[in-house]
Amino acid sequence: MNSAITVFLKEVRENLRDKRTVINTLVTGPLMAPLIFVLLINTLVTRELNKAEAPLPLPVAGAQYAPNLIAALKQNNVDIKDAPADPERAVREQDADVVLRIDADFAKAWDKGEPAQVEMIYDASQQDARGQVARLHKLLDAYGQRTGALRLLARGLSPSILKPLALADRDQSTPQSRSGMMFAMLPYFFILGGFIGGMALAIDTTAGERERQSLEPLLANPVPRWKILTGKLGATTAFAIVTVLLSILAFAAVGQFLPTEKIGMTLTLGPRFVAATLFVMLPLAALLGSLQTLVAAFAKSYREAQTYLSLLMLVPIVPTLLLSILPIKTQLWMYAVPLMGQQVTILRLMRGDPVPESALLLCFACTAVAALLAALVTAKIYHSERLAISA
Amino acid sequence: MIEVKNLHKAFGKGAKRVAAVDGVSFSARDGEITGLLGPNGAGKTTTLRCLYTLMQPDSGQVLVDGIDAAVDPVAVRRRLGVLPDARGLYKRLTARENIDYFARLHGIETQTMHARREALADALEMRDILERRTEGFSQGQRVKTAIARALVHDPKNVILDEPTNGLDVMSTRAMRSFLKSMKAEGRCVLFSSHIMQEVAALCDRIVVIARGRVVADESPDALRAQTGEANLEDAFVKLIGTDEGLAA
Repeated sequence: MNSAITVFLKEVRENLRDKRTVINTLVTGPLMAPLIFVLLINTLVTRELNKAEAPLPLPVAGAQYAPNLIAALKQNNVDIKDAPADPERAVREQDADVVLRIDADFAKAWDKGEPAQVEMIYDASQQDARGQVARLHKLLDAYGQRTGALRLLARGLSPSILKPLALADRDQSTPQSRSGMMFAMLPYFFILGGFIGGMALAIDTTAGERERQSLEPLLANPVPRWKILTGKLGATTAFAIVTVLLSILAFAAVGQFLPTEKIGMTLTLGPRFVAATLFVMLPLAALLGSLQTLVAAFAKSYREAQTYLSLLMLVPIVPTLLLSILPIKTQLWMYAVPLMGQQVTILRLMRGDPVPESALLLCFACTAVAALLAALVTAKIYHSERLAISA
Repeated sequence: MIEVKNLHKAFGKGAKRVAAVDGVSFSARDGEITGLLGPNGAGKTTTLRCLYTLMQPDSGQVLVDGIDAAVDPVAVRRRLGVLPDARGLYKRLTARENIDYFARLHGIETQTMHARREALADALEMRDILERRTEGFSQGQRVKTAIARALVHDPKNVILDEPTNGLDVMSTRAMRSFLKSMKAEGRCVLFSSHIMQEVAALCDRIVVIARGRVVADESPDALRAQTGEANLEDAFVKLIGTDEGLAA
């Protein structure tokens, strides 16, 4: 086993001397995720807050036909503006989020007690406009209902006739679960951290070493190949784990300062989160390290290895996308699937949902078995003759 | 002592199958320098790769100090010092660290390692580059470092694949005297080359390989006598039947 440690120490030392790689893996990689998240959350929070409190700018066509309605809107913090010449086009070209058009016959119909026509012109595919549209819709509904109630009263009827159902919303989401949905992609950043952390070494120790013509002399030493591989895999995994650890710590630290409570969300990023996340990520780092080494050993050149590994990097996105798009209920088998298990665990921990110890163990064990299998396959590739021959 | 018996090694499959080594036999004795001479593509490198167990021969036997390479490859590699055709160094490590890495892989005690490394640094005249990172080394400095790391475990048998390749005149001369000193120490030295003068000046025994076969296995004088050519280069051309691949 001594020679495996010799290989491990040499790979670590050599990699640490490569300043660019060190900065990429140990600084940029772990900090990238939290930074992106801070930006994202800040923009989101500021936008939400602005939308709710700021005056709603509203271009209105035909405002003169419905002075009462306009007055009611103005009271509700709506900033009435002149309508553009072509409202539909203005909305399509995103010059306005929503335009209100009041029919010329509005007053006539209103006086007769018939439905009076108002039109909301908007583009539902514009994410940004949704808040404004919903807000205006609510205001108009409220105005219509108030008027309807008054008319019924004037005829001596109770307004409750029009409300056979008493509907009340009882939202069961907690602040944690709401933030969980928002943070569904966070596990991917941790997994990506591990991936970036191991990538440089995985390529360097196999395809790189062969391309630099140092693999053949190395294999001429009286050390079984599996020991050399063990040392190299160990070094790759160690860097992956350090990167993951740094990502988790950086995130837990940055998470404290995110203004999530302003939109009614809280994150649980305490010591238990850090410990449990690291626990399930350990075997995953080993699995990714083995897979990266396997792919890189298989590649004919450094460039080819880089291409393959970039493609491999997309694989961890799959469970992330699945779980954020499809509202699947968490089931025990999910913990047993590498990548998905980590995804589910991290998400639930963050939301403050319980994750039983047995599930953590299951996740760890299954991923560890997968990592071992990947290492064995890599060892097999490593014993092939053509591995060492450079060109 | 290195013995090679009826070695065969082919690459590719079916119609594309090419026999790189096609029944090579020879032995290299202790205290002698044996030269493996042949044009480019004759099978020298493949033969040597089978010797240091990087490749497995399709058939035939390799014995190093009586140990069968197919039975105990690790023990064979322990008895060999190898300068392969590929001689890349780790450029982010110093020359000393490069040498020590291989010494540790051989499982040498730290004290022995220091003594051996210092002795080699003197013999190869590379003391001034020992603490420098190998990035930016000249070809000669690189070969010196590669040889030092190949010999740090004090092997009885030394295999060098075209050791003077890419070296200037001074470095080549230094390399030749180094090979002679290894012979004087009683080692078995086996090296491959396609350069005539080199082989003529150094070797006790010349094994000429062409198209994967041994076409001669003699002392330089016997070789000249056998072909009836006074000039070794002419003898060589006569042996391999063509002067193709001789341009160094």
